[in-house]
Amino acid sequence: MSVAALETEVIAPARSRVLTKFLRNRSAVIGAVMVGIFVALAVLAPLISPYDPNQTNFAALRKPPSMAHWLGTDELGRDILSRVMHGGIASLYAGVLSVAIALLIGLPIGLAAGWYTGAVDAIISRATDALLAVPFLILAIAFAAALGPSLTNAMIAIGLSQVPIFVRITRGQVLAIRNEDFIEGARAVGVADFMILLRHVTPNIMPPLLVQATLTVAVAIIAEASLSFLGLGQQPPAPSWGSMLNTAKNFLEQAPWMSFSPGAAIFFVVLGFNLFGDGLRDALDPRET
Amino acid sequence: MWSLILRRIMVAIPTLFLVMVFVFILQRLLPGDPLLVMAGEERDPAVLEDLRKLYGFDQPLPMQFLIWMREVFSGNFGVSLRTSIPVTELIAQTLPVTIQLAVASIIIALLIGIPMGILAAVKKGTTVDYVASAVSLSGLSIPNFWLGIILILVISVQLRWLPASGFVSVFDDPVEALRVTIMPAFVLGSGLAAALMRHTRSAMLEVLRLDYIRTARAKGLLPHTVILRHALRNALVPIVTLSTLLFGQLLAGAVLTEQVFTIPGFGKLIVDAVFNRDYGVVQGVVLCTAVAFILMNLIADVLYILINPRLRTG
Repeated sequence: MSVAALETEVIAPARSRVLTKFLRNRSAVIGAVMVGIFVALAVLAPLISPYDPNQTNFAALRKPPSMAHWLGTDELGRDILSRVMHGGIASLYAGVLSVAIALLIGLPIGLAAGWYTGAVDAIISRATDALLAVPFLILAIAFAAALGPSLTNAMIAIGLSQVPIFVRITRGQVLAIRNEDFIEGARAVGVADFMILLRHVTPNIMPPLLVQATLTVAVAIIAEASLSFLGLGQQPPAPSWGSMLNTAKNFLEQAPWMSFSPGAAIFFVVLGFNLFGDGLRDALDPRET
Repeated sequence: MWSLILRRIMVAIPTLFLVMVFVFILQRLLPGDPLLVMAGEERDPAVLEDLRKLYGFDQPLPMQFLIWMREVFSGNFGVSLRTSIPVTELIAQTLPVTIQLAVASIIIALLIGIPMGILAAVKKGTTVDYVASAVSLSGLSIPNFWLGIILILVISVQLRWLPASGFVSVFDDPVEALRVTIMPAFVLGSGLAAALMRHTRSAMLEVLRLDYIRTARAKGLLPHTVILRHALRNALVPIVTLSTLLFGQLLAGAVLTEQVFTIPGFGKLIVDAVFNRDYGVVQGVVLCTAVAFILMNLIADVLYILINPRLRTG
């Protein structure tokens, strides 16, 4: 069978089956819509937010929600809706970039562990176990402390602390397919290891990695908010949902609305990614009908 | 069985060694010279040189690692660079606080998570199942520090039912301890309850399909006897091991919960240490956490072998 024929007869129907399964799952679609709205709001925030998120207004300090300020204002008179919208950018960056870091480092290491086995696998697996031995947030705090508090460093810290999970999943997947006929065939005709890993192994292990990446975005968004809440992420005055909550907790009696919207935003976005990831996993799982 | 347990212990040793290497490297990555903090304001070069010799910082790195390892194995995790209090002492002061919080949150998680999981599995595909699954997914998605803030806002600020912060030991005043601990414990336990519910549901669904359950039902046993005595007992095997693995999640959650409720525990110790640039404490706490986590993993593995009859006889 030629490559083109394989594409039309095997791969394309499989793709449409996955898509159909995904679209039949109502909660997965709701998750996808929630993720879509979040991404759109974050990307368009500079264009559609009603105010400059950092613009202070001392005539409107801690004002409750009104027509002028739909979600109220904070302790410096800044518009909370605009800050929540711009805070989404920090969360989106954190989610996407930290997963990219985890994947870019974790994938090659996991490929090496699963492909070469033996001593290479033993060393990588023990190192992975060692990193997984430190709870994720404590590891991220330790990295963020080492790198210094900033949004970029928080992303690097979150990404680095997620590397072991991607190493472990990649390794497991490679071990599962390394003796398949198509891999043996490529080996038999003398294709170099690097090319086999790049062209035959990686595309075939992508689905579970994709699911993990989606669920990790949710973890990374909560982690970024947590680090910013602790003061180790986005630094003021730049808006971030975590740092907004950190400030809001000091004004619970005077301005309770300050603590509502940033937390609700985190909750809905993370819920969206979890629903989307779960749906993706079910759709890609051949055992699920 | 014993060889299996021994093998698990043997695997834990290199992991522990690598954790130590990692913590050591992390300490070297940290910005600034820790000795400058210790030398105080004046930073007399002679004092600095003495401190360098005293702590072995004048030695090559591998030698420093060996010296540090020797200290750790003799129970010396280092000293706080700010207060000169040994890290082990600081951990001993704060750990009971976090343990009280953790135990309370585990009880709450078990009381909510397991019954909800059983109910969702037994009533699979019904409204009960959907509601339980939705609650569980919400529990996994809600940032616990936000849940804490909202609870403080409603229960402490508006209704004035419970105190918003502080800590009382259960051994000093059990009633006040319960009042102070219940809210943070619920916040910390909600995520665990959600995870437990999901795992209980899937473990129960696996077991409820098996032949021996059908036999038990065919014998005419009461439904609750089949579920609680026959199904749950087997479904508990993966749940027990999972519970020990949730320990890591618990510790990480404690960092944030203690920050929200101003509880002077283990989590607050590490956050304060990071802000005070007290690297001795950060290093000691990370190492201590990792060692505890490896031990919990080991216990989970051993428990799994002990309570799984197929591995026990093997």
